Amino acid sequence: MKILVTVKRVEDYESKIKVKPDNSWIVTEGVNYRANPFDEIAVEEALRLRDSNAPSEVVAVSIGTASASTEIRSALAMGADRGILVKQDGFIDSDAVARLLVKVIEKEKPDLVLMGKQAVDVDDNVTGQLLAEYLGYGQATFASKHESLESPEEKAKKPGLKLGADKKTLQVVREVDGGVETLELSLPALVTVDLRLNIPRYASLPNIMKAKKKPIEELAPAALGVDVAAKVKVVRVEAPPARAAGVKVPDVLTLVKKLHEEAKAI
Amino acid sequence: MATILVIAEQAHGQLKKATLSALTAAQQLAAKNGGQVHGLVIGPGAAKSAEDLAGYVSTAYSVEGAGFEAALAETHGAAVAEVAKKIGATDVVIAATAYGKDIAPRIAAKLSAGIASDILSVVSANQFKRAMWAGNAIATVEVTTPVKVISVRATEFAAAQKAGSAGKVEALSLTAPAAKTKFVGFQEVKSTRPELTEASAVVSGGRGTKGDFKPIEALADVLNAAVGASRAVVDAGWQPNDLQVGQTGKVVAPKLYIAAGISGAIQHLAGMKGSKTIVAINKDAEAPIFQVADYGLVADLFKALPELTEEVKKLK
Ligand SMILES: Cc1cc2nc3c(=O)[nH]c(=O)nc-3n(C[C@H](O)[C@H](O)[C@H](O)COP(=O)(O)OP(=O)(O)OC[C@H]3O[C@@H](n4cnc5c(N)ncnc54)[C@H](O)[C@@H]3O)c2cc1C
Ligand SMILES: Nc1ncnc2c1ncn2[C@@H]1O[C@H](COP(=O)(O)O)[C@@H](O)[C@H]1O
Repeated sequence: MKILVTVKRVEDYESKIKVKPDNSWIVTEGVNYRANPFDEIAVEEALRLRDSNAPSEVVAVSIGTASASTEIRSALAMGADRGILVKQDGFIDSDAVARLLVKVIEKEKPDLVLMGKQAVDVDDNVTGQLLAEYLGYGQATFASKHESLESPEEKAKKPGLKLGADKKTLQVVREVDGGVETLELSLPALVTVDLRLNIPRYASLPNIMKAKKKPIEELAPAALGVDVAAKVKVVRVEAPPARAAGVKVPDVLTLVKKLHEEAKAI
Repeated sequence: MATILVIAEQAHGQLKKATLSALTAAQQLAAKNGGQVHGLVIGPGAAKSAEDLAGYVSTAYSVEGAGFEAALAETHGAAVAEVAKKIGATDVVIAATAYGKDIAPRIAAKLSAGIASDILSVVSANQFKRAMWAGNAIATVEVTTPVKVISVRATEFAAAQKAGSAGKVEALSLTAPAAKTKFVGFQEVKSTRPELTEASAVVSGGRGTKGDFKPIEALADVLNAAVGASRAVVDAGWQPNDLQVGQTGKVVAPKLYIAAGISGAIQHLAGMKGSKTIVAINKDAEAPIFQVADYGLVADLFKALPELTEEVKKLK
C-alpha cells in the first residue's frame, strides 16, 4: 500500500516563544525548528503499517520554505521512502495547505493519508478534516489505541491502526469526549493522529546517512494551480495576559485558611 | 443580513454545557453583525433536544433518522452544510469539543468558508482571538470569506441563558450521504465524578503520583471535583486519555484547580491557566507550576493531600 504522510516544520516547543514588538508575528530569530511532534507519530505509524504490509511505500510531504526539507529529511531518516516539498514562502492558512495537498494526492493516489491532529505552531486542528472533505474521503481524527504506550504491543512496534484482511479497510480507535470510539474506514481514507498512538523511533546514524540519498521532489503552488490567498488572515499577535504572581504557603493549614477566607474557593 | 447557525451537541436528550457556551459566542457575534441566531441538532434524540434548544434561538432545527445515528463527520458535516445553505447561514458556530473539532472543518470545506478554530473571543463580525503556540501567543485572525465557520473554546464563554419566549422548532428530513466510514463501537469511560470540563473544581495529578491516584481521588471526592491528569500520567496508562489537561488535551477553567506532582510544562499550563484559583503542590520549589499558582505548597503530595482532604472535610 502507499501511504502519504504530512510533516510540518514548526518552532521547537522547547524554545522560548516571544511576540514581536510590532505584534505582527512571533520572534523567529534564535528559535529552533523541528518536525511537528504529531507528524512524527504519523510517520512512525506509516512505517509500521508499511513494514507489516509489504510491498508498501511511505511518502513524506511538507509545505514550506526550502528549510522544510530538513523536516522531510528527518522523516526519511526515520525510514520514509521519499519526499515531496511544496515550496511556499511566507504564511499560508490551513485551507490553502489542504488545497495544495489535494493536488499532491491526486498525483500520488495514496491508499492512506496520515497527518498530525494539530500543528503545534498555529494549533488549528483543521487541516486533515478540510482535506478529507475536499477529497471526499472518510476520516478518523485523533487516532489512538487501546494498548498503553508501555504495552508489549507498543514495544513490539505493532501498528495501532488495523488494516483489514482484504486491505480495503482500516480500523481506527479514536479519542473522543467521554471515551474511545472505533471506526472502520474504506480506503482511501484520511487519519489524523493523537499522542497515544505510538512512540516515534529515533533515526539511527546509518539511516540518517541513507536518508541523504533519498529523493525529495520539489513542487510550486502555481504549478499545482492553487491560489494560496488566505481565507483566514492573522492580523495581530500579542502576548497572553500574565497571571499575577501568587504566594507560597508554609503548610496545609495556611493553604486551607487562604482558600477558604481569601480566595473563597472552598 | 447575517444568519448564525449554532450546531448543538446533546447526550441523552440533554444539551451539553459546551453548547451553551457556543450559544453565548453566537449571541456576541449577533451583537456585532446584527444577525439572528438559529440552532441545529443532529442525531438520535435531536427532535427532543431541539425543544430545549429553542429556548435560546429563533428556530431550532433537528435532523435525525437513518444515516445520522453515529456522529460521523461525513454525514453530520453534510447535514450542517445542507441546512446552512437552506437557511442562508453566514456563520456556523460550534463548540470546539471532540465532535466540533471533527466536523467543523468539513462544514467549512463544503461551504467554501474560512474557519477560525477554538476561538477565545469575538473581536468583530469577522475577527476573532485564538491561542497559538500552546498559548504562548494570542492571535487575532480575520476570516475573509462571505461564509464563516467558528469553533468556540467553551471555557471562555459563560453559559447562555434562555430567552423570555421560546423560538420555533422544526424537524427536517434529510437524506444522509453514503458514508465511507462505519461506526464500530464506543467504549465509555465511566466515572461517578463530575465531567472534567464542566466541574467547578479539578484536582489533577502528574508523574509525581507515580500512578497512585488514591490521594487525588480522595480530595476530589470531598471537593466534588473532577479528576485531571498530565500527559505523563496518561502516556503511562495510569489514567484514561480523557483526563489529560493541556494544549492537546482538555482545556479547563474551574473555580479551583489543584495540581499535585505536576511540573507545569507550558503544554499543561495551556489547558488550565484560565482557572480562577490555582493551587500547586510539588516537592520541588523550583517547579514552573509555581509561577502560575496563586498558592504554592512545597511538599510531598502523599503527605499534603491526605492532610488537605481532612481539613476540607472539617470545613464542610
Ligand atoms: C506536542 C506536545 C503536546 C503536549 N500536550 C500536553 C498536554 O496536553 N498536557 C500535558 O500535561 N502535557 C503535555 N505535554 C507534555 C509536557 O511537555 C510535559 O512533559 C508533561 O506535562 C509532564 O507531566 P508531569 O508534570 O506530570 O511530569 P514531570 O514533568 O515529570 O513532573 C513531575 C513533577 O512531580 C513532582 N513530584 C515528584 N514526586 C512528588 C511528590 N511525592 N510530591 C510532590 N511532587 C512530586 C516533581 O518535582 C515534578 O515537578 C505535551 C508535550 C508535547 C511535546
Ligand atoms: N505546511 C504544512 N506542511 C505539511 N503538513 C502540514 C502543514 N500544515 C499543516 N499540516 C498538517 O496538518 C496537520 C494539522 O495542522 P493544523 O490543522 O494546522 O493544526 C499537521 O499535523 C500536519 O500534519
